[in-house]
Amino acid sequence: MDFADSPEHAAFRAEFRHWLEANLPPEICVDDAADQRVAPDRETLEKRIAWQKKMHAAGWVGISWPKEYGGRGASFMEQVIFDEEYFRARASVLPTASALNLLGPTLILWANEEQKRHHLPRILSADELWCQGYSEPDAGGDLASLRTRAVDHGDHFVVNGQKAWTSGAHFADWCFLLVRTDPDAPKHHGISYLLVDMKTPGITVRPLVLLNGHRHFNEVFFEDVTVPKENLVGPLNQGWKVAITTLMFERSGAGGRDHAAQIARLTELARQFPTRQEPAWRESHIRQQLAQLAIDVKALQVTRLRGLTRRLRGEPPGPEGSILKLFSSELALRIADFSSTLLGPYATIDAPTEAVPDAARWHQRVLGARQYTIAGGTSEIQRNIIGERVLGLSKG
Amino acid sequence: MDIGFTEEQELFRDTARRFLEGECNTQFVRRRMAEPAAVTDEFWQKLAEQGWLGIVYPEEEGGSGLGLVDLVVLMEEMGRAVMPGPFLSTVLLGGAAIGEAGTSAQRREWLSQIAAGKAKAALAWTEPNLRWDAAGITLRAREAGGGFTLSGSKLFVGDAHLADVIIVAARTRDGSTMEDGVSLLLMSKDTPGLSVTLLPTIDETRKLCEVRLDNVALPAGALLGEIHQGWAPLSRVIARATVALAAEMCGSAHQVLDMTVAYAKIRIAFGKPIGSYQGVKHQAADMLVVIENAKSLTYYAAWAFDQNLDEAPLAVSMAKAAASDMVRKVAGTGIQLHGGIGMTWEHDLQLYFKRAKASEVAFGDATWHRERVAQLMIP
Repeated sequence: MDFADSPEHAAFRAEFRHWLEANLPPEICVDDAADQRVAPDRETLEKRIAWQKKMHAAGWVGISWPKEYGGRGASFMEQVIFDEEYFRARASVLPTASALNLLGPTLILWANEEQKRHHLPRILSADELWCQGYSEPDAGGDLASLRTRAVDHGDHFVVNGQKAWTSGAHFADWCFLLVRTDPDAPKHHGISYLLVDMKTPGITVRPLVLLNGHRHFNEVFFEDVTVPKENLVGPLNQGWKVAITTLMFERSGAGGRDHAAQIARLTELARQFPTRQEPAWRESHIRQQLAQLAIDVKALQVTRLRGLTRRLRGEPPGPEGSILKLFSSELALRIADFSSTLLGPYATIDAPTEAVPDAARWHQRVLGARQYTIAGGTSEIQRNIIGERVLGLSKG
Repeated sequence: MDIGFTEEQELFRDTARRFLEGECNTQFVRRRMAEPAAVTDEFWQKLAEQGWLGIVYPEEEGGSGLGLVDLVVLMEEMGRAVMPGPFLSTVLLGGAAIGEAGTSAQRREWLSQIAAGKAKAALAWTEPNLRWDAAGITLRAREAGGGFTLSGSKLFVGDAHLADVIIVAARTRDGSTMEDGVSLLLMSKDTPGLSVTLLPTIDETRKLCEVRLDNVALPAGALLGEIHQGWAPLSRVIARATVALAAEMCGSAHQVLDMTVAYAKIRIAFGKPIGSYQGVKHQAADMLVVIENAKSLTYYAAWAFDQNLDEAPLAVSMAKAAASDMVRKVAGTGIQLHGGIGMTWEHDLQLYFKRAKASEVAFGDATWHRERVAQLMIP
């Protein structure tokens, strides 16, 4: 049992932390970066692209990619430390984050040389922005039932269908797309993995604005869209296998995101904030709730580290790893709910106020936190997964 | 960073589990419940042979010199078996108080005897005021004639009826802080004026007592360590025992989950195993979530204690708050998902539910420890 970094890891952490301190521009920082993975507007996007280019020039983009493809061949633990420090600095999510984490590693495993040579450097340098074309209106949690069709026309496919919940499609140059190429095969065996240029005629991107007004997601419509055969990744009809490799790279829980900074700020507010003529911090129910949230934040941190340890030791995933998504997203909701317990109407104002200069942040938490118990598999699905895969209970 | 147990610790876990499966099944536990001792001499001697009765004492005093992380492994297994008897009160409270505060002569006299299973100890620390901090210690020890006289009552004292020696925490002066002026005094069970009453306790595998002191006169040599300075060692004893208890709670709770899942797989209702219904499945999943998180906080607290970190007191309270809420939920849900059979005397869940309730409120419940967390969160 040891919670401390090894000397090499401590040195790596210090190196990256110092680099961020010296180079991260304040305008790139956001309080709750996960809420704003997609830039709210073109101007912010351009700043973030410039930031990624600066990081890339210093060798800090795609660090876990192999050296021959422009990465550092960083170890898993180094990637974890990188994520922790990047999050700690409140730096916004990189414009090509999903391509760096999901697409790049998949291309490295499955793509041909031409595809790798063309796309990998552009993902690192943010010269190509990508969106992920997986979910559909009727294929979310049950992704393999997707229906977007690609029909073989000799040297190209013709794609028809609709994708939904496509993050950042309105900025994307390219899309990594799952399509059905064999409608007669069992559902996992008729899927293929395509790279699609978003400027191809027949693609329409329609915003799917969230309840907080954020344009993050889109619906993407494909109407007789021509995709050259050379944009197929991996074998025809093997796209599920290719995509599964991609999903394995989704480091859910591996990165350093936690809620400690939110709790620290709410505690600070509780100590200043007048309710019934006293700082709220003097009220027992406020102290109890804040303490409980702090306890939960620490539990999440340690549970995450226990899962990482298993992975580092090469052991099979344990039960602790399977609870992270469920617990973390529900904790985010409880924090959001608590912010309105503490701040009352201030948590409903989307602008700075004198008493609560960061009122808008909590307004945003109240609305934005709802997404985390839904995205990436709802809490209900997570409980099914835990019940069935970890505890071995049968399907209903 | 390596947040797991070593191969040696895993081996220790296997050994402990095999020993307890062989020597301490629930039939054994039920028989012990019915007796005041809650343990047999034979079983206690076997614990001594395993080296468990001196597990955290220094090797030169007959112990194994292991740390709290090692102890956590053992406690999880003891919790899994709802092991009966005065292990906690003798080894981790009374004995540990002698270990932390005692002079080398006092340690020599008692620790090797405790480790060998020849003596039992208890720590009389809590009072009717139900405080778990230094302010709760109000019982006076007056310095008189080169010794001390004490009168008053200590309540909820674990297994004092079995103890050969009782350590009493008393106030010897009103210092500038509540911590200042606490002293620890050691008395043997036959001290005149000392009387122990067994309380009818929810968890009969681990009894609680009232300890009454009626003009008890003690010699100067009864003082453990330094006068007025007893809180520092006592708080270390309490911290270690609290983490150990949290670990035991995690072990018990995981066993309740295992029992519940096994039952949910075989119990058929409306033509299907009840575990296939989401109303049951999701509650079982939630049990796992709270158990794993309580384990995480317990491991973290054990490590912080062993490393003597500044954050250790915070970590200890986080662990106990989480463990207390966790066992309440897990033991209760375990009964609920079993249905009627879970409410019966015949079913072993009762052992776990009763242990859970006793542990939930021991050494401070979740509310108490959350308040401590709140105090410690602000530097």
